[in-house]
Amino acid sequence: MTDTMNDTVVPTIHGSPPHPLREFWGYFSGNHGAVAGLAIIVFVLLMAILADVLAPYAPDMTNTSVALTPPFWQEGGSTSYLLGTDAIGRDILSRLIYGSRLSLAIGIVVVALSVISGVVLGLIAGYFRGILEIFIMRVMDIMLTIPSLLLAIVIVAILGPGLMNAMIAVALVVLPHYVRITRATVISEMSKDYVTAAIVSGAGKLRIMFSEVLPNCTPLLIVQASLGISAAILDAAALGFLGLGAQPPSPEWGTMLADSREFVLRAWWVVTLPGLMILTTVLAFNLLGDGLRDALDPKLKR
Amino acid sequence: MFRFLLTRISLVIPTFIGMTLVAFFLIRLVPGDPIEALAGERGIDATRHAALLVEYGLDKPLLTQYGLYIGRVLSGDLGRSIVTHETVINEFLALFPATIELALCAALFALLIGIPAGVIAAVNRNSIFDHGVMGISLTGYSMPIFWWGLLLILFFSVQLGWTPVSGRIAVIHFIEPTTGFLLVDTLLESDKAAFWSAAAHLILPTIVLGTNPLATIARMTRSAMLEVLGEDYIRTARAKGLSPTRVVALHAFRNALIPVVTVVGLQIGVLFTGAILTETIFSWPGVGKWLIEAIHRRDYPVLQGGMLLLGVIVMTVNLLVDLTYGIINPRIRHT
Repeated sequence: MTDTMNDTVVPTIHGSPPHPLREFWGYFSGNHGAVAGLAIIVFVLLMAILADVLAPYAPDMTNTSVALTPPFWQEGGSTSYLLGTDAIGRDILSRLIYGSRLSLAIGIVVVALSVISGVVLGLIAGYFRGILEIFIMRVMDIMLTIPSLLLAIVIVAILGPGLMNAMIAVALVVLPHYVRITRATVISEMSKDYVTAAIVSGAGKLRIMFSEVLPNCTPLLIVQASLGISAAILDAAALGFLGLGAQPPSPEWGTMLADSREFVLRAWWVVTLPGLMILTTVLAFNLLGDGLRDALDPKLKR
Repeated sequence: MFRFLLTRISLVIPTFIGMTLVAFFLIRLVPGDPIEALAGERGIDATRHAALLVEYGLDKPLLTQYGLYIGRVLSGDLGRSIVTHETVINEFLALFPATIELALCAALFALLIGIPAGVIAAVNRNSIFDHGVMGISLTGYSMPIFWWGLLLILFFSVQLGWTPVSGRIAVIHFIEPTTGFLLVDTLLESDKAAFWSAAAHLILPTIVLGTNPLATIARMTRSAMLEVLGEDYIRTARAKGLSPTRVVALHAFRNALIPVVTVVGLQIGVLFTGAILTETIFSWPGVGKWLIEAIHRRDYPVLQGGMLLLGVIVMTVNLLVDLTYGIINPRIRHT
């Protein structure tokens, strides 16, 4: 076992090279920050999946007789509401646990939307070039010039406030990054021999685009997607805070914060805890993204 | 150089058209027609409605309407607020100095701390200081700034009572706006108490708005410095026996500055959008808070005009940054 572990770090001259996944893990696990990020993400993910089991109360159950109860370690707190309650007596812990579902869903939906449309547009631009490429890239340039939160706010103002519209707005705002990455990689891959070989052996356009070129764009896209999830969670929470994202009584963390802002002077926990969850989750995805970039980027490996 | 100028400037025109298209269709995508949206919840009777449609030219084809809109925008007419009935451009101009003052202070804060921190971290690579700077900057980069603002208010304003909670200056001071920048205006009137009040009101918003750019600038400076420190000419400089300070300050730092300048330029757009959140938290009377209020009041002309103005300003600043960059770095010009 020790021998194989050593192989992952220092490949010996004889014997077969390590499996790519094993090699990847060798680099990735050397980065403590990235491993910590991964651990936090797994924790939040478990919280989201097991919310029904873990949460002591329903997220929207109110009990005004215990309104603004402090967390259990403070005077006046009680162990039946571990992290205290908000202004209308909802259990903060339960709302935070259910909120993890929303935040992860936001991150994943936004990134899925923007990666899928960004990859298709980037492949088209990089493969067909010409007028189509100029058009797509100019539109993306224009989108990049408009400040991202302003653009998201305008889109939400048009579509109307709400979680779904906020997710669409954030996905649109981050789209140009994926288009640019995909196009740049496609253009550099297209001149390589394996593509020429595929063309000579009669592969169709779609086959070359999706099953030959696309897999070689994935490392960069994975890194960008991981960093994209953190940006999406942050932007959606900001929209929620401005009253333009998820609407109350939804336990979305940004909305929770905005919802109880007026009680900040009397009850620090109603504002501090949801923000702490946003910070921890966003930080975890950023750590993971940095670690993935170091492990997957061949330039940095050397 | 001329060719570079032309290509860069030609990109501005489609971008401007794109922005006007967004602003123009914004009000048409809102449910109901623009007159109903303008009339708001009070409603409007049918004859007045028809008369207004003709008055605003809304009975004409869409393309003609867009042409008329562009004509009005280019002559500086962005409509009037339906809440205050003041022209959008005047409201914007009255509030914009507050936003610039805050953004400039935040930019200074980010530069004065971010660049030295990045340089020291790079020079002492893998030291405790380096790990500390990288950890703090990653946290700053991940920080939800609306929460950060509330935390700072809770600690410094409520707990310690050091700084004011919100606003731009204590109400007892009355300052006639000359430049619109309170720090300058109070000094012009040589009103010391008012100056310190304005400065105290600026501290927390500056920190909050500057946190994100600070994190980005520190990270960028560090990686630019690390790259430059590995170059051959640095080894040559060291081999010549130059003092370490001279190598870092003169040979490395000046070359590391080029990528940093670009990042700083890009942060200006970030500062203006960050101002939307920061101004909302601190009730800072700038354009960001004004835009958010416009959304909640359904004041569409303000939203339409304000978005266009802010977009054009960020676009112009980005253009200027690109042009300066082209001047200081000849390699960019020729590609």
